[in-house]
Amino acid sequence: MAYSDKVLDHYENPRNVGTLDKNDPNVGTGMVGAPACGDVMKLMIKVNDAGIIEDAKFKTYGCGSAIASSSLVTEWLKGKTIDEAYAIKNSAIAEELALPPVKIHCSVLAEDAIKAAVADIKAKQLAKETA
Amino acid sequence: MSFTPALNVDLNLNYFELFGLSPSFNIDLATLESNFRKIQSESHPDRFVSATSTEKLQSMQLATLANEAYQNLKNPANRAKYLLELQGIEAISETNTAMPLDFLMQQMEWRESLEDAKGAKNINALENLLREMQQEAKLLQSEIATFIDVKQDYISATGATRKLIFIDKVVADINKAIEQLEAEL
Repeated sequence: MAYSDKVLDHYENPRNVGTLDKNDPNVGTGMVGAPACGDVMKLMIKVNDAGIIEDAKFKTYGCGSAIASSSLVTEWLKGKTIDEAYAIKNSAIAEELALPPVKIHCSVLAEDAIKAAVADIKAKQLAKETA
Repeated sequence: MSFTPALNVDLNLNYFELFGLSPSFNIDLATLESNFRKIQSESHPDRFVSATSTEKLQSMQLATLANEAYQNLKNPANRAKYLLELQGIEAISETNTAMPLDFLMQQMEWRESLEDAKGAKNINALENLLREMQQEAKLLQSEIATFIDVKQDYISATGATRKLIFIDKVVADINKAIEQLEAEL
């Protein structure tokens, strides 16, 4: 199957690979997996006190499209509020990367990773407020 | 039990029925194998060189169905997936990416160990990891057998099947890495 140039670019030069300090109260972690292909994706976001995402890192084990989807969203996430991040749709990811129908689930995985990371940071913030 | 495949078999039979097996996770693999061979030889194109076009079509359809059925029943993860399908459950729906967090963490660790061992060209480490994963797969298979065959607990069976599919993927990747390293030696 032929990958689009954008997928290849992200696959060959993935942006923001790595991890952030998961114990940092300002860091949210999202971890998701796709049984259809056995892909695993970890996405971490660092949010400042104004609720803006300052940094995003990912680690993905999976096919080129899964790596490209997560690499792309780390670029998109920086500078966004967590609510804007939460609103990112898999269709936008799929469209940007020109993913073929059989690879749409990779963009679903990336969207779910964002939602999981945002949920994690919100839970942490709530814990901080009630502490 | 004698098993005599008929050429005009009902193509809507489920995979188990096709091989004269009862639908369960624990199946007799020897029976599956030998009944598959019987259908294969029964439907082999060499036997239909001078047959009518109807018979040719029937034999081809049977051979195709038998192949598909055999591949699905032989592999434990596929067999579990198929048994769940018969219950109307889609085990690996693409829109369901929620997996237990501890399992995903474990997946990440296994994947990292695989990457490290690959990078260090350490075949021993890869083989150790492979054994660990195979152990894990065995454990899940016996869980699935209990959930499906004994308890008819299809929800738990779905969770275990999803895990098994992940493990199979790692196993395949470890085997690929070992092959590559061995080819370099």
